[in-house]
Amino acid sequence: MRLIRATLDWLDARLKVGAAIRDTAAHPVPRRSASWWYVFGSGALTLFVLQVVTGICLALVYVPSAGEAFRSLGVLNDEQPLGWFLRAMHGWGSNFMVAMVLIHMIQVFLFGAYKFPRELTWMVGVVLLVVTLGMAFTGQVLRWDQDAYWGLGIVASIVGRIPLVGGQLVQVVLGGPIIAGETLTRFFALHVFVIPGLLIALVGVHLLMVLKLGINEYPMPGRIVNRDTYEAEYEEMVHRDGVPFVPVAFQKDLVFAGILIVAVMCCAAVFGPFGPGGAPDPTIIQTVPRPDYFFLWIFSVAALMPPSIESFVLLVGPAVAILGLLLMPLWAGVGEKSWRRRPVGVLVVLFAVLGWGVLTHLGRTAPWSPVMDAWSAEPVPARDLEGRSAVVRQGALVFQLKQCRNCHALGDTGGRRGPALDDVATRLTKDQLFRQVLQGGGNMPAYGTNLSPAETTALVTFLETLHPSNELPARDASQPTPTAK
Amino acid sequence: MSGSLTRRGMLLKLGIALNAVAGVMLAAPIVGYLLSPARRKRMREAMAWVELGELAAFPEGQTRMATFRNPQTRPWDGQTADIPCWVRRLQGAEFQVFAVNCAHLGCPVRWFPQSSLFLCPCHGGAYYADGSRASGPPPRGLFHYDFKVENDRLFIRAGMMPTLGNVLTAGAAKPEGTPCG
Repeated sequence: MRLIRATLDWLDARLKVGAAIRDTAAHPVPRRSASWWYVFGSGALTLFVLQVVTGICLALVYVPSAGEAFRSLGVLNDEQPLGWFLRAMHGWGSNFMVAMVLIHMIQVFLFGAYKFPRELTWMVGVVLLVVTLGMAFTGQVLRWDQDAYWGLGIVASIVGRIPLVGGQLVQVVLGGPIIAGETLTRFFALHVFVIPGLLIALVGVHLLMVLKLGINEYPMPGRIVNRDTYEAEYEEMVHRDGVPFVPVAFQKDLVFAGILIVAVMCCAAVFGPFGPGGAPDPTIIQTVPRPDYFFLWIFSVAALMPPSIESFVLLVGPAVAILGLLLMPLWAGVGEKSWRRRPVGVLVVLFAVLGWGVLTHLGRTAPWSPVMDAWSAEPVPARDLEGRSAVVRQGALVFQLKQCRNCHALGDTGGRRGPALDDVATRLTKDQLFRQVLQGGGNMPAYGTNLSPAETTALVTFLETLHPSNELPARDASQPTPTAK
Repeated sequence: MSGSLTRRGMLLKLGIALNAVAGVMLAAPIVGYLLSPARRKRMREAMAWVELGELAAFPEGQTRMATFRNPQTRPWDGQTADIPCWVRRLQGAEFQVFAVNCAHLGCPVRWFPQSSLFLCPCHGGAYYADGSRASGPPPRGLFHYDFKVENDRLFIRAGMMPTLGNVLTAGAAKPEGTPCG
């Protein structure tokens, strides 16, 4: 014990950091800020440190070469002792870190912590969010499987939409004319050198500002932030009713950090590593590329937007969103901090979370994508075939063979790109069915050149039978009503 | 005293100026290095004629996938330099060769001969047999490669991933549905 003490004294006599560390540890924080609501920032930092450690371990084996990366991931998963576990830790750590940064951001927003004098802390935090998402995307690229390959294709296609310089920028992003060796090394350099360096520097600034400006006090409804008086009020508060950061606030951070590390380890051990999926061979096109979960909502937005505004939204949208977040504290830097008195702020958060959730859910189910094998895999419901004439059954055959099923469901199976056709006959008359099949429209291709007259007739005859037994088919009102039998 | 101050001030200014010059001199090659993939010469040289095989491999009236090795590769590119394309032979030496990349966001479109449609698995873009847009989010038809037939062999001019910023063909985007060549 005495030896440790002596060693520490020897070191501090030369380093001269002991006093600074003691001051930092003992600096007073508002009593109510030593709360469980204030652990998310340090949680994100914990996860980042974990990512650095597991990332370095992976870099010992991973080969950043387009030809070898996929195989080296296989070695990590299957041959390298505990390689699978470290890959799983890194993958789950990444998911946890993105989630933690977002939760931290929402908490900070709802608690008004971005207001004077902490505007710059928030702005640096916004950049940290962007940088974290940059880590997540570049990490997904390093997984170098089919999803990584086609994900890069999507990035290149978005960049290619930039007016004038898009074509050249694609080359810069990909490091060449196609997605290949230099693309991977580019993203490797970004993922392990450039972005982590940026992240460490920005986290340093972010933390320094938290220390210099003091942790945000727990907001009380009616306590208004005023630029002239705030700092004096804060000083007075922490000295009158403050508690030392260590141990009062720190102990909660410490417990939360431990929980997080154990949680990541549990997820890694139970669910295992992410992928890699199929080999990054572009000639294998039997693939359904999907981004990782935190980018699924962008995938959904890209499917649901009208094509006419798409380039504009894809290129300008992110810039506007980031700029909006950056400038928000300048626009609302004073006034009420408590979420209880900020209904608009609460609604914005609810709307954003709901929107994100809905779009993510849609991205997982992707109802806009045709079900590529529905035509050969799904049976036609027996109720639509039993006791039907030959021409109706022929029509059902045309319906399957011409892959209508890939976009249209029958009996709850099949694609959902177009409407389900179980009751199409109640919506469209015979003439309208012919027109829709032959000419398409409303986001449906025209089949006029691809169906013989006999096939078309059979198909429409089949579609005309698709209505519930208690509901009559649609009829042309200009034609005389068929007389009741 | 004032003389020495001036000298010190001079040296500081000189130091700043020298480092500014050095910084610019250093930045030029670094920026040039980073942006080199976008040099027009390199982009032009990326495109070259590659062979897709004998004409007999492409029956008339059918659309088949062909693959080729990208003309510009690195030794460590592995499988990523094997590029697929869709070859539609109308008749004789009349061809259409499409990139697999959807014009929307670059995902690989699949050919369904039964319904004569190309369908994209990502956002559901659909194209007719001639590559023109049928439905979904794509803003145009499929990208075409220029092709030529020599000694009963099919060649295409390839080497670059097509995007809306690089439409592959020498001219501007061809009107939808017009057979190329």
